[in-house]
Amino acid sequence: MKTDIEPTHTPAGSPPRLRTRSTGRAGDKIFLGLSRGSGIILLVIMAAIAAFLTYRAVIAISKDEANFLTAFEWNTGTEPMRFGIAVLAYGTVISSVIAMVIAVPVAVGIALFISHYAPRRLATPVAYVIDLLAAVPSIVYGLWGALFLVPHLTGLYTWLDEYLGWTGIFSYQGGAARSLFTVGILLAIMILPIVTSVSREVFRQVPKMHEEAALALGATRWEVIRMSVLPFGRSGIISASMLGLGRALGETMAVATVLSPSYLIDASLLDPGGGTFAQNIASHFKEANDNGRDALIASGLVLFVITLLVNGAARMIIARRKEYSGAAA
Amino acid sequence: MSNATITKNETGGAPAGTSSLRQARLPRWVPPVLVVVSAAAGAGIGTAAGLGNTLQWGLIAAALFILGTYGLAAAVEGGRQAKDRLATSLVWVCFVLAVVPLVSLIWETVDRGRTVLDGYFLGHSMEGVQTILPGGGAYHAIIGTLEQVGIATLIAAPIGLLTAIYLVEYGRGRLAKAVTFFVDVMTGIPSIVAGLFILSFWIIILGFSYSGFAGAMALAILMMPVVVRSTEEMLKLVPNELREASLALGVPKWRTILKVVLPTAVGGITTGVMLAVARVAGESAPIVLLVFGAAGINNNPFDGAQSSLPYYIYEQWQLGNEASFDRAWAAALVLIAFVMILNLVARGIARWKAPKTGR
Amino acid sequence: MAKRIDVSGLTAYYGNHKAIEDISMTVEPRSVTAFIGPSGCGKSTFLRTLNRMHEVTPGGRVEGKVMLDDENLYGSGVDPVSVRRTVGMVFQRPNPFPTMSIFENVAAGLKLNGSYKKSELESVVERSLKGANLWNEVKDRLNKPGAGLSGGQQQRLCIARAIAVEPDVLLMDEPCSALDPISTLAIEDLIGELKERFTIVIVTHNMQQAARVSDRTAFFNLAGVGQPGKLIEIDETERIFSNPSVQATEDYISGRFG
Repeated sequence: MKTDIEPTHTPAGSPPRLRTRSTGRAGDKIFLGLSRGSGIILLVIMAAIAAFLTYRAVIAISKDEANFLTAFEWNTGTEPMRFGIAVLAYGTVISSVIAMVIAVPVAVGIALFISHYAPRRLATPVAYVIDLLAAVPSIVYGLWGALFLVPHLTGLYTWLDEYLGWTGIFSYQGGAARSLFTVGILLAIMILPIVTSVSREVFRQVPKMHEEAALALGATRWEVIRMSVLPFGRSGIISASMLGLGRALGETMAVATVLSPSYLIDASLLDPGGGTFAQNIASHFKEANDNGRDALIASGLVLFVITLLVNGAARMIIARRKEYSGAAA
Repeated sequence: MSNATITKNETGGAPAGTSSLRQARLPRWVPPVLVVVSAAAGAGIGTAAGLGNTLQWGLIAAALFILGTYGLAAAVEGGRQAKDRLATSLVWVCFVLAVVPLVSLIWETVDRGRTVLDGYFLGHSMEGVQTILPGGGAYHAIIGTLEQVGIATLIAAPIGLLTAIYLVEYGRGRLAKAVTFFVDVMTGIPSIVAGLFILSFWIIILGFSYSGFAGAMALAILMMPVVVRSTEEMLKLVPNELREASLALGVPKWRTILKVVLPTAVGGITTGVMLAVARVAGESAPIVLLVFGAAGINNNPFDGAQSSLPYYIYEQWQLGNEASFDRAWAAALVLIAFVMILNLVARGIARWKAPKTGR
Repeated sequence: MAKRIDVSGLTAYYGNHKAIEDISMTVEPRSVTAFIGPSGCGKSTFLRTLNRMHEVTPGGRVEGKVMLDDENLYGSGVDPVSVRRTVGMVFQRPNPFPTMSIFENVAAGLKLNGSYKKSELESVVERSLKGANLWNEVKDRLNKPGAGLSGGQQQRLCIARAIAVEPDVLLMDEPCSALDPISTLAIEDLIGELKERFTIVIVTHNMQQAARVSDRTAFFNLAGVGQPGKLIEIDETERIFSNPSVQATEDYISGRFG
């Protein structure tokens, strides 16, 4: 399609008269050079991120006396350093999983609400407001989480402890609810808008004729959704969730504000303690010496790799879906 | 006339045995009444059980509402209808569940932010202010945010724009594919990782000091992929006929892009850049690592520590006293207002300048 | 089984726009009735009022009554979901569920209405696919996706899906307009067979098709741009095409407009 807009290409044997616009050709070359150069800069930046982080991380890990992957401590101010990412990896994964478990069903519900349930007069403003909420800075979520959500959750946690405390997961000893579970709830609220708006877009693209096929068979609204909307949107929901997961994994300031960190893995999700990669970096950066900064960079590299994998998976699912829906159309 | 026949038919009615089309339905007033009843029951149970928390009341009420609709519908209308009702009430509960915290967030910020937000707060820094006492302001943080975001935009917008032009107008082959792929990858970089990169490269290895400019570079990395993506989308909307018409007149390609393609897409591109600006204006993680924070006014982003609004909020929260909390809320309100205005203006431009040639 | 449809004084709206006005007609059971008329005359809208699909469109509403034997589809207490189960529909573009196999597509309607044994489902699917003249072509690949079939096969799959729930009436909205001539022929033959069991209403743009497949033909037209569509006349197909009683019908059929 684009091949037919290449007028600057003149065959070698063409008469010289056609080549008089030399300024145009020079301009073309410069412009192409500039735009291609920008693309290359982008690639260089990506390569540099990987290279520099790896470089500093290798330095840090070579000085690490503990096992980098399994140790439960983070002592970088002393010689020799002893630090490991076990607690951070656990906290990052657990809080993100909690966030996903809460946010994805609710987000799919809101997306369905906007696309199939809400009266039209309500659907448009709701969609608009949800989009705007995606723009609220994470530090504001953090402030709200620390000063409003945390005090409001203690009651719920006491209640959970009373009835589900025997599981161990939901035992709660009281005190400020600055735990991984709170972080998970806050992250869920933060990723809700993005997961909602991506899912909503997918639901909106469900061809009318698939829905009518179900309706004409005598399906109720829910059956229409189950038979045509959800199957069509499944990969879209998955990739939306992965995008949300990517955000949750890397979220820094909201977690740093809400969590009361420790270097222990506690079976209880409701008791304060634990940590995440990003939160650990933000909380310890100011006090860290040169070695400490390298150690933080090493943990950042792990976070980088995890988010790359998650986002890569999301992109792959989206790409496959494009092929699929392209073939269907 | 038709109405009359309908009424007649109703009263005549079809004999119960032959009707396959009629279904016992719950009257239309049942769901709203059920909402009220379960809300009341939720509050009642909450008070009776001594749960001092409206959150729990709400959860109980929601559960009662869902179970109530399902039970009633299953009894009166049958299983399929009950499932349909269940789905409907779940979707509505999801909506309410999501709206509550988001409304609360905005409400708290506005309500608590306006107590100290005034001209003095916007016009003064924290220089010499005892942090435990009221007073002081966020002027230095506002300056910092504006400078850092401005520099980031100056770096990211041209690179992003040109990259998008490359991808849409020239891009074929391996390089373009690689760029497309890595733009996607870049979109997912956590902001703290971008901060760590500039830290290791600019501060640790090249030995520069903490500065607004270092923060701006990290913000630029976060902005670039957003600008590329949105610009790409906009350029793809420009119909090929326009390009061909210009090229057919003998206009060189670069002038075609500058004079025909870009002006057609300028509205959408502006929107994309503004949304990217709004996104990075709220970033605090790289600022913590690279700008370091300062109490006083530093107008020079290239030398020495600065502050920024997100950083200021974090710092005031960490101080942990009522006066500093007030300042944090006020700064949060300023930041949200800034970001929301950018968003609204950007969307306004998008609507106003939408390419009329598009679909 | 096949039931008579008796429409009286039916008017349908999209929001404030009146799409069709005051239509009354009778559709005989076990026959094919074709709707013809220029684009935008409301014949598809009218068809969709016969199984209450019209009201699915935002702003769509209906006045008047549609009797299916002795029951008004628009009577109070009538569940549109049950109506659509009783009055099946085939659409302009074949729309098998893309994520379901051929078997699942045909069984989709049955599964909604309760649980069946596997053997029961199998026999209904086989009967429906045979009824749609598709069995021989797909019997070896029932578990393959329905979207992998050719356009004509997909349309017959959709017909099989519609007849699997044993509706009383089968509505077809230009079922051949997206198909090639050979597939069209296959569908037309099928319609001839199906009318032994169902009341069939078909909207078509193709007058030869109306002449070939239908027993009765209704001609719709609109008075002008923005005016609602109206039923001009309905009669034996032979009479409509040889000696219509209204001049506009003759003009349309002889190609003078439309």
